[in-house]
Amino acid sequence: MRTLIFLLRKEFKQIFRDKAILAIIFVMPSVQLIVMPLAANYEVKKINLAVVDNDKSTYTQKLISQITSSGYFRLQSYNASYDQAYEAIKSDNADLILEIPQRFERNLVRENKEKIFIAVNAINGTKANLGGAYLSTIISNFNNDIRMKLTVGSRFSQAPTIEIVSSNWFNVHMNYRLFFVPGILALLVTLVGSFLTALNIVREKEVGTIEQINVTPIKKHYFILGKLIPFWVLANVIFTIGLLLGRLVYGIIPAGNIGLLYLFVGVYLLAALGFGLLISTFAETQQQAMLIMFFFMMVFILMGGLFTPIESMPQWAQIITKFNPVRYFIEVMRMVILKGSTLRDVASQFVAVIVFAVILNSWAILNYKKTN
Amino acid sequence: MQNNKSDATEKVIVCKDLTKRFGDFIAANEITFDVYKGEIFGFLGANGAGKTTAMRMLCGLSVPSSGHALVAGYDVYKQTEDIKKKIGYMSQKFSLYEDLTILENIEFFGGIYGLTRKEIKEKGRSLIEKLDLQSEAKKLVASLPLGWKQKLSFSVAVLHDPKIVFLDEPTGGVDPITRRQFWDLIYEASARGITIFVTTHYMDEAEYCDRISIMVDGKIEVLDTPSNLKRNFKSTSMDEVFYQLARSAKRSD
Repeated sequence: MRTLIFLLRKEFKQIFRDKAILAIIFVMPSVQLIVMPLAANYEVKKINLAVVDNDKSTYTQKLISQITSSGYFRLQSYNASYDQAYEAIKSDNADLILEIPQRFERNLVRENKEKIFIAVNAINGTKANLGGAYLSTIISNFNNDIRMKLTVGSRFSQAPTIEIVSSNWFNVHMNYRLFFVPGILALLVTLVGSFLTALNIVREKEVGTIEQINVTPIKKHYFILGKLIPFWVLANVIFTIGLLLGRLVYGIIPAGNIGLLYLFVGVYLLAALGFGLLISTFAETQQQAMLIMFFFMMVFILMGGLFTPIESMPQWAQIITKFNPVRYFIEVMRMVILKGSTLRDVASQFVAVIVFAVILNSWAILNYKKTN
Repeated sequence: MQNNKSDATEKVIVCKDLTKRFGDFIAANEITFDVYKGEIFGFLGANGAGKTTAMRMLCGLSVPSSGHALVAGYDVYKQTEDIKKKIGYMSQKFSLYEDLTILENIEFFGGIYGLTRKEIKEKGRSLIEKLDLQSEAKKLVASLPLGWKQKLSFSVAVLHDPKIVFLDEPTGGVDPITRRQFWDLIYEASARGITIFVTTHYMDEAEYCDRISIMVDGKIEVLDTPSNLKRNFKSTSMDEVFYQLARSAKRSD
């Protein structure tokens, strides 16, 4: 126990003396939490629209102004022909072409039907999909308006219509930041925890001080605890800063129990730090440790459900995500912060991270040898 | 230069046929020797002769492939952690924490060897006085010149009064005056009854040892006092003895 106190004192002194580490620990997460959710936007806006209006009537004017006033579209060009509009797509100036046929207004009023043509540039799949969908919605709204107007006075619309009213639970305004910030915070805590642990130990290997430690009667588990505890504490500090930033900058107030969040983070960090520890037993240089870490971090990030939902991944990929501890952390963060889930709701994630923590740390302890 | 304090009866290192293989390569080949309490034992050999490997086995850092050895009465296979309590070690690489101050290093290493707060304080103070580092005590070790670091490193290695201290080329790259001061520290520790096990490439330092062994290609070729060796090899200096032996070496790094 005394040994551990000496070890901890030493680690904390070294950490607080290293200005670069301090910057990484405090500045980097803050900047990332403030910048990334604002920049990485899920919503598609400013879709460039090329219009080919062959009718040039009041109705077409109304339709176009309804489209542009939605805020999603930007009228890029007003073309005389489809070919001309197509040029705009080719030169990447337009994402969508809306072609309105001749006698649009007349046919609509007289014959009660008319067709219009939408061409979508699908190079950016997400933009094409959403753009097409937005435009369809606006046009069908426009269509309803006209129907109302034309039928008013005679008889009320007999066509039975089903109006769909949806309400968004847990994130009423569909604010993607509510969903993004907890995920990023989970990632940051993981990153800082495991990276710093791995680099710290490998640095002792590089400098040669670990040899001096190995020749002392220090017990292996004390040495490892001496390395884990400081970074466990630091990662908790970062987590707290992140929660505060989420509250101050984005107004995210966890719906669930904060104690539950900290309990989960406490256990989860054992797994994350154990992972860093394990890497450090394999790597001989900081460079190696960085590259190994980078590889795993990419997998953890892309297969953790932060950017793309795990449910929509192919079956094999979903199986891989089960071996990704970050996945469980992101899930729990979102569940507890947005939904107010309770311990019982996140029990399976708890079990998963406990298993990770036990396996990773046991493996690391077995692999760390004072004598080889 | 025979050390009067050495006790010719008590063996602190007993090493018999100790061997370390790395694949086909035999780094240390059936080395056999004894080291007595309080003696200054010089462990010589060209680069790649296997000195460091042998030393690491004796320190419990490396498991031997075969053979037997007892260090401070403990077995190098099973009781490495007991050995570690009884020895001090100073490696070729400077191994104090550069980002801690002198005092902090003393406190840390004293602490993990189980010294009490009071002992750490007292020993720390006398160490700093002895090395004349009073004004540097609160400076980071990184800011010290190499010679001072080496002296500090040695003093920290004997802080917990080990039975044996292992020094792996402790004076590499250090100026002659500092080397002389370093050896004064070694004599002082030896006078306190600490056995010194030292490797070096400086033949003048070899002359300071009570007994020396010279390793060639993983084997111990000779082991005797410096004066006997010179007589047997009909040489006037240790340099010549070393050349005669090391010339036959087939491997180097």
